[in-house]
Amino acid sequence: MQVSRKARAIGVALLTAGVAATALTGCSSAGGSASGSTPSGSYTFWDPYPQYDATSAWGKLVAQCGAQAGVTVTRTGYDTSDLTNKALLAGQQGNSPDILLVDNPVVSTLADAGILTTTGENGLSTGAIAQNILGAGVVDGKTYGVPIGANTLALYYNPKVLKAARVDPKSVTDWTTLTAALAKVKAAGKKGITFSGINTEEGSFQFLPWFWGAGADLTKLDSPQAVQALTLWTDWIKKGYAPNSVIQNTQTTSWQEFQTGNFAFSENGTWQKAAAAQMGAGVITIPAATGGAAPVPTGGEFFTLPVQKDTARYKTTAKIVECLSQGGNIVTTDNTLNYIVASQAGQQAQLKADPTLKTWVDAVGVAKARTGDNLGIKYPVISQQLWTAVQKAETGSASPSDALKAAQQAVDAKLTK
Amino acid sequence: MTVITSPTRSAAPAPAGAAPAAPAPRRGSPGKRRAQLTAWGFAAPVVVYLALFYAYPLYKNIDLSLRHYTVRSFITGDAPFVGLQNFVAIIANPTFWPSMLNTAIFVFVSIVFQFAIGLALAVFFFKNFRLNGFLRALFLVPWLLPLLVSASTWSWMFNSDSGVVNSFLEAFGIGQINWLTSPQWSLTAVLIANIWIGIPFNLVIMYSGLQGISPELYEAASLDGANGWQRFWRITFPLLRPVTTITLLLGFVYTLKVFDIIWIMTRGGPATSSTTLAIWSYQLGFGSLLPDFSSAATVGNVLIIIALIFGLSYARMQRRSEA
Repeated sequence: MQVSRKARAIGVALLTAGVAATALTGCSSAGGSASGSTPSGSYTFWDPYPQYDATSAWGKLVAQCGAQAGVTVTRTGYDTSDLTNKALLAGQQGNSPDILLVDNPVVSTLADAGILTTTGENGLSTGAIAQNILGAGVVDGKTYGVPIGANTLALYYNPKVLKAARVDPKSVTDWTTLTAALAKVKAAGKKGITFSGINTEEGSFQFLPWFWGAGADLTKLDSPQAVQALTLWTDWIKKGYAPNSVIQNTQTTSWQEFQTGNFAFSENGTWQKAAAAQMGAGVITIPAATGGAAPVPTGGEFFTLPVQKDTARYKTTAKIVECLSQGGNIVTTDNTLNYIVASQAGQQAQLKADPTLKTWVDAVGVAKARTGDNLGIKYPVISQQLWTAVQKAETGSASPSDALKAAQQAVDAKLTK
Repeated sequence: MTVITSPTRSAAPAPAGAAPAAPAPRRGSPGKRRAQLTAWGFAAPVVVYLALFYAYPLYKNIDLSLRHYTVRSFITGDAPFVGLQNFVAIIANPTFWPSMLNTAIFVFVSIVFQFAIGLALAVFFFKNFRLNGFLRALFLVPWLLPLLVSASTWSWMFNSDSGVVNSFLEAFGIGQINWLTSPQWSLTAVLIANIWIGIPFNLVIMYSGLQGISPELYEAASLDGANGWQRFWRITFPLLRPVTTITLLLGFVYTLKVFDIIWIMTRGGPATSSTTLAIWSYQLGFGSLLPDFSSAATVGNVLIIIALIFGLSYARMQRRSEA
C-alpha cells in the first residue's frame, strides 16, 4: 500500500513538474531563442508572400542570394496584415528576423518602435533608388530600408464603353474633362467610374491621388483644396457617375465591378495590369485638378534589417539584401510581382522589355510615399481621420467641408496628446 | 486513519533523521497532508492551464488598459502607468456613445428576434409531423456554415445595385435601399444577418428544454379545458424559465462579442453607423497601420465589464430562485 501511495505521489509530482516545465520552456523558447543564439550561417527572412514557396522563382532567388553570401536563408511567408504585429511581437521578444520585408507605410512605425537599424548602422547601400520611392523608408533623415519595387494607382478605362459614349481617352487631361467624360458615359446608358472609398487604409490610398492632385497637404486636411477633392468624389456619387457601392468597395470588389464591362473607368493598381490586358482595358495616369499627372501614393514593400544582438550579422545581411534588391535580379523579381523597379536604370530595362509599362513608369515617377514629408507615424493617425471624413461625405451624413474640419480637429487632438 | 498513518511515519526515516527539528509536519497528520498534496497535484494541470490561458491574458489586458502604450513602449516594455486615463479618453471619444448605442441596439434586437423566432420554431417542431426532422435539420444550416461564408453571402444579397434583396423589393415597387452603404440602414442589415445566424442556437436549446416538460401536464391541462394559448403561457413558458435564462445569457454574451459578421459586411461603417464596441476595439488595435493597444484593450475591458455585470446578475437570479 505504501508503495502504491508513494508511486502515486511521485507520479503526481512528475506530472506537475512536466506541466510546469512545458509552460516554462514555452516561455523560454519564445524569449530565449534570441538572434544571437541562431547558429551562424543561417539567416532568417520574413516576407508577406505566403503564395510563393521554396520552389517558386522568388524562393529560389532568396536561396541563391543567401548562397552567394555564403549562408543559408530560412524564409517564412506571412499574411501582410499579420506581419506588422508579428514583427512588433518579435521585436518585443528580441528575436526579430535578420531581414524583414514589410509594407512601406509600416516602416516608419517599426522604426519608431526602435526595432529597425538605419543604413548607417547596417551598411546597406541604397544605390540608385529614386528618392520619391525611398521616401517611405526615411525618417528624420535616416534611411531604414530599401524598396523591393513600387506599385501605384492609375485610371483603367474600357475602350468599348468609351467608344459607345464617344469619349476619347486622350481628352481626359484634368478633372473637368474627366467629369465631362463621365457625364457622356452616363448619358450613353453606361456606368462612369468605380473606385474604393471604404473605411480602411485602402480608402485613403485611393483618395490620395485626388487629394494631392488638388494640391492639398496631409498636414492640413480641411484646406480648400482638400474640400475640392472630396467634393469631386461626392458629386460623382450624387450624380450617379460613380455607383453607391464605392462606399464599401475594396480595391478587389471595385475591380470586379469594372470587369463586368459596364464601367468606363476604374481607379486601380499596377497589380491588375495583367487582368486589364486580358479584358482589353487601357490605362492613363490619374489627372490632377488642373491637368498633368496627379501625385499618386506608392505601394510596395521595403527590405528592412531589424536590430540584432550580434551586430556582426548586419554585414552579411546587407549583402543578401543588396543581391535581392539591385541589378538584374530585381528586374526579374519586379516583373513577376507586377512592380515597377525603384531605380531609373531598372525602369528603363523594364520598359525595353515591355513598352506598355510607360503609363506606370510615369505614374511611379510622380508618386509620393504616404509616410513621406517626414510624416512618419503621424500618417496612420491622419489617414484614419481622412478615410472617416471620406465616408461621412460619401454617405451624405456630413458635407465635405464639415467632415474634413472634424477630421483635422480629431488629428490635432490625437497628435497633441 | 491511525492504522494507515503509523506505518507511513515509520517508513520515512530519512527525513526524520536528516531534520530532527522539523515540527511543521506535526500540525496535520502526514497522511492528510499527503492526501491534500495529491489533491493539489491532480488539480495542478487545470490550475496551470487556467492561469496561463485565462488569468494571465486577462491580467495583461487590464495592464494594457491602465498604461499608455505606444509602439515604442510596447517593445521596450516601459509604458507609464496612467490609471484610468485611457478609460476617460475612451469615454470622451466621439465614437464611444454611438458605439455603445449600436451595441445596445444590436444585442437587444438580435436577442429579442432570435429568441422569439427560435422559441416559436421549437414549439412548432415539437409536434410530430412528417418531414419534421428534415425541416429541423434545414434550420440548422446557418449554424453549420462558416461565418465568413454566410456574412459574404449576405453582403452580396444586400448589394445596392446588384443584390437580390433590392431586386426583390423593386418587384414590389420599393425603390433602391442602400443596405450597406447608407448610415440609416447598415445596422439593420447586419442585424438581419445576425438574427438569421442566431436562430438555430435558440431553436436547439429551447427544443431540448421542451423535451424536459412532462406530457402529463399538458394532458391534465387539456382535461381542465385549457386552450393552446393558455397551455403555452401557463405551462410551457413558465417551465422553460431555467432554459430561457441560460439561453438569453449565452445569447447575450455571444451577441455582445459579434465581430466577424459586421466586419465582413460593413467594416463598422459607413462612418461609425454600424460600429459596435467589439468592432471599435479591433479598429483601434489592428485596423490602422499604427496599433493603439492601450485604447483597444480599454474598449475590450469595457466589453468584459458589461458581460460580467450580466453574468453576475444571472448568478444572483439563479441563487434567488433556488433559495
